[in-house]
Amino acid sequence: MRMIAENVSRTFFRKTGEANYFFAVHPVTLELDEGSVTVLTGRSGSGKTTLLNLLSGLLPPTEGRVLLGDTDLYALPDSALSLLRSEKIGVIPQGRSAVDTRTVRENILLPALLYGKKPPEEEADRWMEELGIASLRDARPKELSGGELRRMAIARALSAGPEVLFADEPTGDLDDVNTARVLEIFRAFAHEKSKAVFIVTHDSEAVKIADRTLRMDAGTVL
Amino acid sequence: MKTFALSVQNLIRKPGRTVALSLLTAFLSLAVFGGTVVVLSLRSGLQSLESRLGADIILVPSEAQSKVSFKDLFLQGTAGAWYMDASVTEKALEVPGVEKAAPQTFLASLKADCCSVKIQVIGIDPQLDFTVQPWISRSLKNGLGDMEIAVGCKVEAGMGEILRIYDRQCKVTACLEPTGTGLDTAVYCNMDTMRKLLEAAEEKGINHKIKSGDEDIISAVYIKVRDGADIGQVNSALTGKLRKVTAVRTRSMITGISDSLAGVSRTVTLLIALVWVLAVVILLLVFLMISRERAGEFAVLRLLGASRQGLGRMVLTESALCGVLGGAAGTALAALCIFPFSALIEQQLSLPYLLPGAGTILALALGTVLLASAVSAAAGFLAARRLSRVDPGSALRGGT
Repeated sequence: MRMIAENVSRTFFRKTGEANYFFAVHPVTLELDEGSVTVLTGRSGSGKTTLLNLLSGLLPPTEGRVLLGDTDLYALPDSALSLLRSEKIGVIPQGRSAVDTRTVRENILLPALLYGKKPPEEEADRWMEELGIASLRDARPKELSGGELRRMAIARALSAGPEVLFADEPTGDLDDVNTARVLEIFRAFAHEKSKAVFIVTHDSEAVKIADRTLRMDAGTVL
Repeated sequence: MKTFALSVQNLIRKPGRTVALSLLTAFLSLAVFGGTVVVLSLRSGLQSLESRLGADIILVPSEAQSKVSFKDLFLQGTAGAWYMDASVTEKALEVPGVEKAAPQTFLASLKADCCSVKIQVIGIDPQLDFTVQPWISRSLKNGLGDMEIAVGCKVEAGMGEILRIYDRQCKVTACLEPTGTGLDTAVYCNMDTMRKLLEAAEEKGINHKIKSGDEDIISAVYIKVRDGADIGQVNSALTGKLRKVTAVRTRSMITGISDSLAGVSRTVTLLIALVWVLAVVILLLVFLMISRERAGEFAVLRLLGASRQGLGRMVLTESALCGVLGGAAGTALAALCIFPFSALIEQQLSLPYLLPGAGTILALALGTVLLASAVSAAAGFLAARRLSRVDPGSALRGGT
């Protein structure tokens, strides 16, 4: 499923000189095609994560719209947008993203449980196996290292079978072997399953699997 | 979003938090249920006493005033061993405004094999009585016969059973409803039966102030004033006409008890209100602290597709469930403190104390649990609002 961002921008309140706001993301139009990996690079604070949040339905834009297929994400009421995000958009955030009261496997199945759906147990087991965390399935997040937590978040996003996958610094906590493994999984997920993958990263290795590379600077996509 | 199962799991997996929240609501419901049951029992006791006395004025010998307080007589079942001439009944009936006059004769409290408490035998005239007879007639249409007795609820003898008083067999033909007062330990019989019991006591060498041969003495006359007549004027007329007799207005006695009851009610209500204010403030603070602690967790859920409304519902469900748990625990604890010790409470309060019926108690318990649950949910509302607005992007990067 194709995602299109049309003239999407985002400002935040901040007193800077004469203005009371600043552009975290200047108006940008871009398309995320199914079956392709888009990699966005740029310096810290350039607005990469804000753009990812805008595209993934987590942060409403100040102007512009984001379409998933024919659906304008931000025209939907919160409940409908949330359901759509749960079904079609996978997000691997930059920070720690685990619910500590649940085991690794339960964390991975959580998106389905939120809506009382049959949890994708086979998918979850398969992705845990592929990402090398199968032995941690009953462990609690507090017992995991940063790299293991990151792989748990990746397994969770993939198990839900999203149409578009967003990953914010997905290899930040990973060693070389796991970085290569994760990037290969992303590539295969996009190419073999015809999904759109959008990666925000500083990692030059990630650029190697990109079908398209974008760079961002001071809120502007170059 | 289907949040109920998740809410239940959240409560189970954070037992410390769940117990702490439930304990707060348990204190709430303990105060509400316990306090309300005590106040209701006092009110119900007073109503029962009022309707059981059934008389507007009670005539007693003047000497009775110095022996015992009338309040104690009716509330504690204190012995009323004083006597006057039976002609008082007829004289009272001649006073304008008096509709009915019913004599009663008290036999001092005695210990019977049946009971853990002392019982007081009271002789009544079934032809004239209007205070006990209406209650007896519910189970006994023809009134009390020879060696037949009607017993208060604290006299441990059932209908048809034989109660031995001074080795005489008395058949229980009526059991009276509880009043929460000393009247619950009374045994009523007709005057003939009373005399036979006195004979039996004399045979055993037990002397009462009254003898079996004393046919024309009584302890009190219960007066019913005609509709429309001024009770105060009738009371004055009776006092003026009858020498060495004191006329006691039951309304003033009831009012005295009612004033004491109002005092107890006020104290209990104030305590309940204090506990409520404290508990609600603490609950609000706890929920706000929890909302900070759980911001990360809710940001993750939001990231995974949880709606704002669904997250709010989840917090409200959790807090309401804590309320139900705490409410049930507090109510059960209050029940354990009150019901097994109602006799002790009655004794300590020195006021008519009659527990409400099972239906009322059940409704009250249910209402308390619902209230605790609603209060807990209301206290959780702010946290729910705050948590449902968590911005997952900034929360997961360290801020909220």
